[in-house]
Amino acid sequence: MAAVNRPLSPHLQIYKPQLTSVLSITHRGTGVFLTLGALFLSCWLLSIANGPESYTALQQYVLAWYGQILLYAWVFSLYFHLCNGIRHLIWDMGRGLDIKATYLSGYIVMATSILLTIVTWCLVRGGV
Amino acid sequence: MKLRTPLAKVRGLGSAKEGTHHWWAQRMTAIALIPLSLWFIYSLVSMTTLDYMAAIGWLQTPMTSILLILFVFALFYHAQLGMQVVIEDYVDNEALKITSIILLKFVMLFAGLAGIVAILKVFLGL
Repeated sequence: MAAVNRPLSPHLQIYKPQLTSVLSITHRGTGVFLTLGALFLSCWLLSIANGPESYTALQQYVLAWYGQILLYAWVFSLYFHLCNGIRHLIWDMGRGLDIKATYLSGYIVMATSILLTIVTWCLVRGGV
Repeated sequence: MKLRTPLAKVRGLGSAKEGTHHWWAQRMTAIALIPLSLWFIYSLVSMTTLDYMAAIGWLQTPMTSILLILFVFALFYHAQLGMQVVIEDYVDNEALKITSIILLKFVMLFAGLAGIVAILKVFLGL
């Protein structure tokens, strides 16, 4: 077939960001970011298995400010991916697919993941 | 003049006749990860200190080891499935796409297994 240079749709650069599309790409983004978190989890487990020296060496980076930012970014990403994942599972059952329900569940996912991150932060600070 | 029929042209361009397993496995691991990841965060948060002895004590509890191995297994399986879809969607070059997916599977299998071996090493006190 001859290659016809037809315009592609949607034009992302002139397309207005919507809650639905933003949450969709955030789901992907957090998924990729959490994959890096999974790799870090393995490194952390290996550092425990390797003995106290390697554990304390890694823990220094974890407890540094950039380590803490990364850690909470992973916590938020996990909560978001989990909540939005449940939203996807509900869609898979054929429920909540109309525009109104999609927006409502989108707002619920955003609020819940932010709230759970704050609760986790408070629990760590408060020391349960 | 082309003698190929339209049917011959579209054959092989349709369904890949696979993908159901990928889709199902992604959902199965997703469902498993809901309680496992919540337990993982709660388990870490409820530890008062995160020094070496505390980490060892945590990992030597049988229930922690069991749940953590399940978590690592489901996590890496799910991550591999998801990353595969991302590569399939955004990498246009066929050779690069296949190479990336093979590399991804090797890396994820290696890292996941390394995590599980580390858990078992501490649990068994080796």
